[in-house]
Amino acid sequence: MKVSDLAEKLNLECLYRGNQDREVTGCYAGDLLSRVMSRAGAGHAWVTIMSNVNVAAVASLTDAACVILTEGVRPDKQLEDKLGELDASVFTTPLSTYEVAWRIHEAIGA
Amino acid sequence: MRYFYDFHIHSCLSPCGSPDMTPSNIARMAALAGCRIIAVSDHNSTGNCRPVAKAAEEAGIVAIPAMELTTSEEVHVLCLLPDLDAADAFGSYVRARLPDVKNRPEIFGDQTLMDEDDTVLGFEDRLLLNACSISANEVPALVRSFGGVAIPAHIDRNSFSLLSNLGFFDRAEGFPAAEITRQCNPAVLAREHPELAGLPYIVNSDAHYLTDMPDAAYAIELPGPTAAEVIRIIKEGRIWDIFY
Repeated sequence: MKVSDLAEKLNLECLYRGNQDREVTGCYAGDLLSRVMSRAGAGHAWVTIMSNVNVAAVASLTDAACVILTEGVRPDKQLEDKLGELDASVFTTPLSTYEVAWRIHEAIGA
Repeated sequence: MRYFYDFHIHSCLSPCGSPDMTPSNIARMAALAGCRIIAVSDHNSTGNCRPVAKAAEEAGIVAIPAMELTTSEEVHVLCLLPDLDAADAFGSYVRARLPDVKNRPEIFGDQTLMDEDDTVLGFEDRLLLNACSISANEVPALVRSFGGVAIPAHIDRNSFSLLSNLGFFDRAEGFPAAEITRQCNPAVLAREHPELAGLPYIVNSDAHYLTDMPDAAYAIELPGPTAAEVIRIIKEGRIWDIFY
């Protein structure tokens, strides 16, 4: 499923429009950036409540298809300034990480 | 005697630190700002402590060796060390517990090792922005075993802080003080976290850029401007600023 389709299905608010045609091949839910760096896969939707500048670097490093900030979290100023450098699209949602993760599983079956 | 201080400054060794944060620039900027004792505390490394100490001496101020350790819970802890040999030893200890993941300079930034004349000596190739396999509750005793003192960093921040990641400050863990940023209102923080009451705190810049280094505003009462005295005063909790 493409990032754009997933975003529509989950009713995500788009904060930054990256490559929306990218296929979402999986999902990684996590907030410890060091873990995400070693575990999240390329093409994954990364679901997190972290909103600091390092999110951009980790999204690039892991080659995430998109980043979904949960519980209504929005990027802090430093992260906002970095969004333009990303390939991954960035979204926010009022849903919790758990709620987003199982909806992604339902949507893409991975 | 009162000495203006800044014990939390990042050099160009931290990938998030600006390339302008060279040992010489930091020392001179700190001196201009009115600081008499500083510490460069790079992420998970003491690699630039030696040149910073030399540059500080040339600038007429004192730099004590330090590191900003990232625990397994991604809590940042400021570790002040008594001398450069302890800094080397602690640096090695931490490096052995830092995942062997290579830095990607194009994503994270360069991790530059320099001498006191700002000559580039090389680059740290292991990513310093990772979490070490050292848990927060081990840190007070660990840093004491190297003759230093550990202070949870920027506890008022909503990421990478002891409060944000662990939820509350457990006084039983043995940290003798906490660090807050200049933006923190300690009275407000203490209302949100009553367990902080009576805990001494220090205020540092956490500067990553020369423009982050403000005019000195926080002073510590010491018999003399040495690492030993700073560590002793903090361990003994004899800092005036405390959470109410």
